Amino acid sequence: MSGDLGLWGVLIAVIGGAIRVSTPFLFVSLGECVTEKSGRINLGLEGTLVFGAMAGYGGSLLTGSPWAGVLAAGLAGTLFGLLHGALCSLPRVNDIAVGIALMLFGTGLAFFLGKPLIQPAAPMLPSIDLGFWAGSPQLRAALQVNPLFLIGIALAFAIAFVFRRTRLGLVLRMVGDSSDAARAMGYAILPVRIGATAFGGFMAGVAGAYLSLYYPGSWNEGISSGQGLIAVALVIFARWRPVACLGAALIFGGAGALGPALQSIGITQGYYLFYAAPYVLTLAILIFTSSPDRALDGAPRELSITR
Amino acid sequence: MTSVTQGAAARHGGFSLPERQARQAEAVLLPVLAILAGFLLFGLFLLAFGKSPMEFYQLVWRGGFGTGFSISNTLQRAAPLLLTALCVALPAQLGLIVIGGEGAFVLGGLAAAAAGAAFAALPAVPAIALMAATGAFAGGLWIGMVGLLRTRRGVNETISSLLFAYIAVALFNHLVEGPLRDPASLNKPSTLPLPAEFRIGTIPGLDVHWGFVVGTLACLVSAFVIGRTSFGFSARIAGGNPRAAAVQGLPVGRLVVLFCVAGGAAAGIAGMIDVAAIHGNANAALIAGYGYTGILVAFLARQNPLAIIPMAILIGGIDAAGGLVQRRMQLPDATMLVLQGILFIAMLASETLSGRLVPRRAASTEAAR
Repeated sequence: MSGDLGLWGVLIAVIGGAIRVSTPFLFVSLGECVTEKSGRINLGLEGTLVFGAMAGYGGSLLTGSPWAGVLAAGLAGTLFGLLHGALCSLPRVNDIAVGIALMLFGTGLAFFLGKPLIQPAAPMLPSIDLGFWAGSPQLRAALQVNPLFLIGIALAFAIAFVFRRTRLGLVLRMVGDSSDAARAMGYAILPVRIGATAFGGFMAGVAGAYLSLYYPGSWNEGISSGQGLIAVALVIFARWRPVACLGAALIFGGAGALGPALQSIGITQGYYLFYAAPYVLTLAILIFTSSPDRALDGAPRELSITR
Repeated sequence: MTSVTQGAAARHGGFSLPERQARQAEAVLLPVLAILAGFLLFGLFLLAFGKSPMEFYQLVWRGGFGTGFSISNTLQRAAPLLLTALCVALPAQLGLIVIGGEGAFVLGGLAAAAAGAAFAALPAVPAIALMAATGAFAGGLWIGMVGLLRTRRGVNETISSLLFAYIAVALFNHLVEGPLRDPASLNKPSTLPLPAEFRIGTIPGLDVHWGFVVGTLACLVSAFVIGRTSFGFSARIAGGNPRAAAVQGLPVGRLVVLFCVAGGAAAGIAGMIDVAAIHGNANAALIAGYGYTGILVAFLARQNPLAIIPMAILIGGIDAAGGLVQRRMQLPDATMLVLQGILFIAMLASETLSGRLVPRRAASTEAAR
């Protein structure tokens, strides 16, 4: 059927993919943006994402409501964020190493607890049909939007507002830019950082729930393929600006949809190479936006990777 | 004891180890304590699920170290970990955290399989050497790029190496199912099989292939170079303080790339050994996560190549006991992953305690104020 549309079909599929696939990237990168603004880097979000997917699926299965699953996933993610924050608060502990440890631990624990969840089918999150005006079924399918996507967009602007115009945002940025200044002003650094990391974990948990409860919409051990990690790179690409995170997430969603879209119009060679497209794109962007001498423009100065 | 250490002993309540011995004792004591704490925490985790920790410990001992068969199984599983852990530990001497060993492993294995099949007419010894060189070259190139991006463009090596690993797996799958595919392998896409003479055999007397010896030697050589040569010393200086090292005239950029290439070569050779000793060709079974487990081994060993040897054997033993534990205790196979994650976290948390055993001379000046 999409043969009728030819290349327009690819474009529509890419747009649909951008909307569909970008939501987890959006949530994780917004959460990591807040965490990094406070001066911590949380690489363990990949594990939190997988655990959130498991918790969301399990929550939905147990209660019959997918939104309860989303809440459960967010809660689980918050706990992982608290664990990361607490571990990094110990003196002399490297936050990148803790991130890697939690990546492995979160994934392992998720697979351990999630074994009984692979077979049964849990209630899925609903979609909003934004394409009701369209004549072509492809366009209608592409414009099926999940409420979380809209929530994510709203959150991006809300977080940007909080950073720029509220006292909370100011304290967060101060803790991330100069812990000495924050201490001098009387603000406790560790609670702010732990709180920011917990928020990042919450967002990653919700992103995981999206994966298992909407798209791809099942729980299995291959549910994530580095989304948590790509999102960390996206934050750097977006220069720690929440609205730019939104744009970056959309670009990556589109890149991820390119492979299946081309497949649907008959281009099947190089399937794995298209599968690698988001990673190559992330790498290219990292290379172009990094520089050996200047600190990354806009980076929180307390962040360990930019020192 | 001199009067100075006697004075220090009096102030610290009788603890008077000279500093160097204290540091060495700590370097062994802390990791052992961390591992014990990790096993204990995991025991609590099991209790929460109504399982017996004692039964678990016994089964891990039996499945990993108790019989001749289990020891062979353990050493066999430890063999690739010795090399993939070096892929993390070698760049770590320069302060880099590289976690892309999985990419170097699969591409090294693929390159070696392709080279071995292409040069099937060669006699065995030069062919195996060629395969090892190709594997090392492919792996070294892959991680070398990570190092180059770090020195030339300041790209964070942790993120870039993991991205490279994902790209490598995609490239591997593309090549194995496409250009390098053996037409005879229909159900399970693989490269052309290696001739029987090119396969790596087992050590006489043990049921373990020579890869274990290769890995152990690589760790010993690395420990020697890092700890006992001026080259290794300059690398450690560069790792401790890159700016001071550069001011001293050390070629920091070149050292970074060199150690990354060495680490990647080690992982690449591990891939080649897996192909030559176990599979006989390159196929999807090569993507077994040895690169990622190597990260765990390296961090447990606190990036010390000598400590990699016992840690690889420990993790190999845990993996080897996995099947037994799964069957006897009705636990999912991810159980061992949870244990390994807890060990990792315990080891990282124990870093906080480092330096407590060493008598602090600064305490004397504080007491004087």
